[in-house]
Order: sequence, then structure tokens, then C-alpha cells
Amino acid sequence: MKIRLEQVVKTFDTFRAVHGVSLDIESGQLVALLGPSGSGKTTILRMVAGLEYADGGHIYFGDQDATDIPVRDRGVGFVFQHYALFPHMTIAENVAFGMKVSKTRRSKPEIATRVSELLRLVKLEGLGDRFPGQISGGQRQRVALARALAVDPKVLLLDEPFGALDANVRRDLRRWLREIHDELGITTLFVTHDQEEALDLADRVVILNEGKIVQEGKPAEVCRHPGSAFVMQFLGDVNKFPGVARDGLVFIGETATGIAFSEDGPVDVFVRPRDVIWEKDAGGIPVDIERILHRPDGLTAVGTTKDAIRVEFEIPEQAEPDLSRGAGIILRNAQVFPRGVKSSARVGP
Amino acid sequence: MKRNVLPGLPLSLGITLFYVGLIVVLPLAALVFKAASLGPSEYWAIVSSPRAVASYRVTVLSALVATAFNLVFGLALAWVLVRYRFPGRRIVDAIVDLPFALPTAVAGIALTTLFASNGWFGTLLAPFGIKVAYTPLGIMVAMCFTSLPFIVRTVQPVLEDLDPALEEAAQSLGGSDSAIFLRVILPLLMPALLAGLSLSFARSLGEFGAIIFIAGNQPMETEITALLAFIRLEEYDYQAAAAIASVLLITAFLMLAATNLLQARALRYTARS
Repeated sequence: MKIRLEQVVKTFDTFRAVHGVSLDIESGQLVALLGPSGSGKTTILRMVAGLEYADGGHIYFGDQDATDIPVRDRGVGFVFQHYALFPHMTIAENVAFGMKVSKTRRSKPEIATRVSELLRLVKLEGLGDRFPGQISGGQRQRVALARALAVDPKVLLLDEPFGALDANVRRDLRRWLREIHDELGITTLFVTHDQEEALDLADRVVILNEGKIVQEGKPAEVCRHPGSAFVMQFLGDVNKFPGVARDGLVFIGETATGIAFSEDGPVDVFVRPRDVIWEKDAGGIPVDIERILHRPDGLTAVGTTKDAIRVEFEIPEQAEPDLSRGAGIILRNAQVFPRGVKSSARVGP
Repeated sequence: MKRNVLPGLPLSLGITLFYVGLIVVLPLAALVFKAASLGPSEYWAIVSSPRAVASYRVTVLSALVATAFNLVFGLALAWVLVRYRFPGRRIVDAIVDLPFALPTAVAGIALTTLFASNGWFGTLLAPFGIKVAYTPLGIMVAMCFTSLPFIVRTVQPVLEDLDPALEEAAQSLGGSDSAIFLRVILPLLMPALLAGLSLSFARSLGEFGAIIFIAGNQPMETEITALLAFIRLEEYDYQAAAAIASVLLITAFLMLAATNLLQARALRYTARS
């Protein structure tokens, strides 16, 4: 089922949570709504579900205008951040709930068969008689998914599905959700504030800020070509250097960086830690290294430039990095954005 | 005894046990002791006399009706107070406690005045042939009044803590409003409802002050058990009074035990394996 949002608006009391968002989700895609808290991502998800009504705009499911269809008739499966399992029902009863209250009558054996099928799908066979209070968080989230799938939803919506889980469990469930999605091919929209989760899992990532879409695209696109300083900063650790563009070249302090930028004026230069190259003796931007951090995947140097800008970057693994000699850094894959302008995007060399 | 980090257990345990013993157990023990000083046949003759049996009937039936009534309206009241914001909500919320605060005799006199055949309600009901004051109906009204807060106050906090996501989940699964209420909300409220129910019923069984003014107190018809015990007391027949009171005590005890069992059943999902 294809989903289309057209200029959707939502206002709570005086706070405008969503400003005219338009979005197309192709049938069978797995799409992430990514953004910091307060960016309106959950509100959008809840409007697609019908748990909130849009104040303006339209939501289409396929060709049907679903804007005013109540949630119970909309045919969506919704998975809540804190599972929202019915605590007084067993796991099997939770999964069966949607089938029991459905207008289409199903016989008891039919429901029982479907329940055990779903429990097998989410790898919880044998736990059907437990109560939600007796299983782990990861298991509860899988029950919630099975329960949502039981009503054969046209669309699957997940609100921060792994937000309340341990990092390890989260990684496993993420992979597993991708497998289930590939197996069932159901159009899926999920909300997260965790960039890694969105980039790992989704076919397409929609990045939101302050109730607007700031960028959307495949994970590779948004990573390689962030459209704004916000996206660059939100997607991962980044070093930010204030600089100036003069005659088509960017200067940081007095150092010419060799980065080309067509628009003269003050700019911000963004560089990921792994794209900062430590050049010990030869030129570059002078940096005083203060500390070396030992991480499982390598060494990270923390330092400051002469203008007191903090820099973090990766350095080659070696037993005792020699810090005494002072150092310069060279920037690679830098993204340059004119300072103070939010949206206009420029990509460096 | 296991070592406990939190201080004060032996002291607080001692004080509370002493207090409960002094205030609750001792009077009840005296009651049972007094009743037990009768021989079995004497005891049986007193508690099974037609006048006593008639009083049990009117008391228990009225209490059942009043509790059923409060179950419906107490739940509705709690629901409205929790779910909706309307002007005067806090005032209504405060009014719910008034039956606790008001001396029950005052309530009884007020209700009698209202429901007497020349009172505000009484004159309205008279054309339909409904008499409330000095009939079992009056007893029910008085019981309703005094026991209303129990159900509201036990259900209200549970309803407040109910996760809205549960209802949203049930809706997204296609549940109708009635299905959601019956299958999700009511089962979750059941332990609190049972607790409120048993308190409300026990209070109705024992209510005295509000009822004697409106009941008319005709032996065999509108005489409640508590009043019969009081009458025996006034006749200095302490043993008979204790015997009749012990019936009330046993009834209340059995009822509380039964609701506790039901409550444990309704809460079995909270047990961890």
C-alpha cells in the first residue's frame, strides 16, 4: 500500500508540531522518520495511524483519502514504544485480540492456528501462556509486533520501536525487523531518534526538524550529501570549523584549506572525525593534542586549534602516539555551508 | 530475622500491632466473647428469631441494591472525573467525599426531609405511587448516600494510571468502544472495583445513623439489623445484642474474604514466574 502525505499540518494548542509535510512512501518500502525530539516525527506517525487527526492537508492510502478514517477502520498495525501490551491477557490472548474483536468472524481453531503461526514468526513459540509481565523487554516488543501483524494491516507503523531496549537487544531486533519486513513486504514506517538505527534499517530516511522535512533520501545519499548543517550534525559526530570563503577558497584561521567554495563570506566547515588527517610536521591547521582516547575500534585524538576550537579525530593505531612534536591536520571530504543560512546546501570537494 | 537496611521495622511493627489489637481486635473479641457466653441453642434462638431474620433480609437486600447502584454510578463518576475536564470538576471531586465528612445522622435527617411525602422529592414521586421515606427504598437511598465514595475513590487512581496507549492499541487493532471497555478497561479496573465493592457493601451492612431516620423502623419490615442490636442493648440484653451483631460481623468477614479471593484471581497476571 502506497502512502501519500499532502501538506499535512498539526497544531497542539498554540504549538505547531507539523508544518505542511508532504511525503510519498512507495508500496513495500521501509522508511524511517528520523529527527530530534520535538521534530514532529511521532505526530506524523500518529496522524498516518489515525491516532491524531490532521488539522490540514490529506493522507492517502493508495488512492483512498484516509485523512478522516478513524484508526479502527484504517487497517494499520501500530507498535508502541512501550509495547502497550494488555497486561491481564496472556501473550497468545494479546496476539489474538485483534482477530477476536474484528468484524470478520473467525472460528476459535482458526484464531489459534494464526496465533501460533505469528508466535513462530516472531520466534516466541511456547511463550503463549505467559503474561507480558513475565517476559523480557525484547520479547514484549516482538509480541507487540505479532499482535499488530495479526490483523493483516495494510501498513505497519512503529513508534521508536527499540527505544526502551538495551543496545545489544536493539541491534538484534533491528536485523530481525528487516528480515520480517523483507519476508512480508508490508509498507513500513518507523520513527526513531537514533541515526544509526535509521541508516541501518531503512530503504529511505526522512530527516525532520522543527516540524518540517529537512532532507529525505536513501541512507547513502543523506550520508554522502547532507543538505544542511543540521543534517550533517545530526547524522553523526562531526567537527565544525568557522571559516571564511575568499576568492572561491575556504580559509580556517590563516590556513588555506584548499577547499573550494563559490560563495564568498563566512562559512562553517564540517568534517567527520575519520576525515581529519593528522599530518604531524607538514603544514595543515595547527592543533594541540590534549588527550588520546582508547576506543575498541581505534584511537581518537582530542585537541584544540589556535582559535580554541575543539577537534576530535581518528589517528592510526600505535602503542604510544608521540604528542610532543605538535601537529597539523588536513581536512578531507569537508562539507561547507554558508554560516547563518539554514537550508542552502553546498558540497565541498 | 533478615537484616534490613530500612530502619524502624521492629518499633513500627510493634506500635501498629498494638494499636490494631487495642482498637479493632479487642472490641470484636469482646463481642464474640459475649455472644459465646450464650449456649448454642440460646444463640440460635436469638439469631434465627423471625424478627432478626426479617432484619437480615432487609439489611442485606438493601445493601446489595445500594452497592449495585453505586457500582454503576461510582464507576461512571470516577470515569467522568478522570477522563474529562469540565468547569466545576474539582468541586464535584470534593463533593464525592462529603458523605464521609457529614455526620450520618445529619444525612439521614436531610434525606428524610427530602423524601417525606411533603418533601421536595417526595411530592414529585407521590403521584407515581412511589414512597421512599419509611420504606426499604429509603434504606437503600441512605445506604447509597453513605457508601458512594468507596467505589469512586478506589477506582479513580487506577483509572488515572491506565496507560492511554492500551486503548490506542486496542483501537488500532479494530476494537469497538464497547469491546475495548469490556475486554481491556474493565478487567484492569476489576481489582479496584472489587475492593470498592466490598468496602461499599460492608459499610452499607453496618450503616446506622443515616438509616434509622428514614427507615421508619417497623419491626419485620424496615428494621435493620444494626438497629435491632441497638434495641436489645437498650433493653440491657447485652448477650442478645452481641449475638445479633456477631451475625453482621460474620457476614462482613465472609464477604471481605470472598472479594479478596476474587481480587487475587483478577490480579493473577501480576504474579511473576
